[in-house]
Amino acid sequence: MESKPTPMKNPTTVERTSERELVVTRTFNGPAHIVFQAWTKPELFMRWWAPKSMGVPLLSCDMDVRVGGGYRVAFGHDASSAMEFFGKYLEVIPNARLVWTNEESDDAAVTTVTFEEKGGKTLLVLHELYPSKEAFDANSGAEGGMPEQFEQLDELLISLGS
Amino acid sequence: MVQYSKTRLDASFAALSDATRRGVLEQLGRADASITELAEKFHLTLTGMKKHVGVLEQAGLVTTEKVGRVRTCKLGLRRLEEEAAWIESYRQLWDARFDELDKIVEELKQKEKDDGE
Repeated sequence: MESKPTPMKNPTTVERTSERELVVTRTFNGPAHIVFQAWTKPELFMRWWAPKSMGVPLLSCDMDVRVGGGYRVAFGHDASSAMEFFGKYLEVIPNARLVWTNEESDDAAVTTVTFEEKGGKTLLVLHELYPSKEAFDANSGAEGGMPEQFEQLDELLISLGS
Repeated sequence: MVQYSKTRLDASFAALSDATRRGVLEQLGRADASITELAEKFHLTLTGMKKHVGVLEQAGLVTTEKVGRVRTCKLGLRRLEEEAAWIESYRQLWDARFDELDKIVEELKQKEKDDGE
């Protein structure tokens, strides 16, 4: 990737850094103030937060981006079946840092996003901190999984042992 | 993530390189067992079996849980694989989001450029 003169697409990484933390990183080919705008202006945010592959469109997005201000995002095919996500901003440092709570459930994470500009590009780091390991597991769906696939893995493991 | 996977893989292969440990995995694939039961089954001392289980545990292939004085072992691969699968699907979601965000960044960059001219 790095050897190409103008990489078209920067890689996205996701890493579980502890029992209750997850870190997502991505570099954008633009200055921090532009990337920051895309996270803080509802009309821009709505254009990327729910990509087609997600399967559920964004219905509405309200953001009051200042410390103590709230946000509310609704997903769904229509208002009657909408799912809402909401919380408030704990820290707002323009073009550099956003911290917000997720208050739709007791075991939701606190999200920190930092924007670090270097040579006209912006490294974005999104950090999610869950209140406990149990909360992480409940939210991540790590407990759910795909039964058939894992039965196959069990079989593989047994065959390795024999 | 790459580093994390590689370390896990190395540990897994090291754990699987031993016939006794492969036997333990096979046994645990049939039913959970205590360290004592495993030691008896494989004609090993408790200390010896604890070492093998420790290696498997570090590789994420086995999990153990102590209830009272008995330490029960079970296959741990399932949880590990589920987590890896979930993390990958989560990564794909963010990747799709960020591809869309790229377009907005390009558009805003162009707009700033046009406005500046």
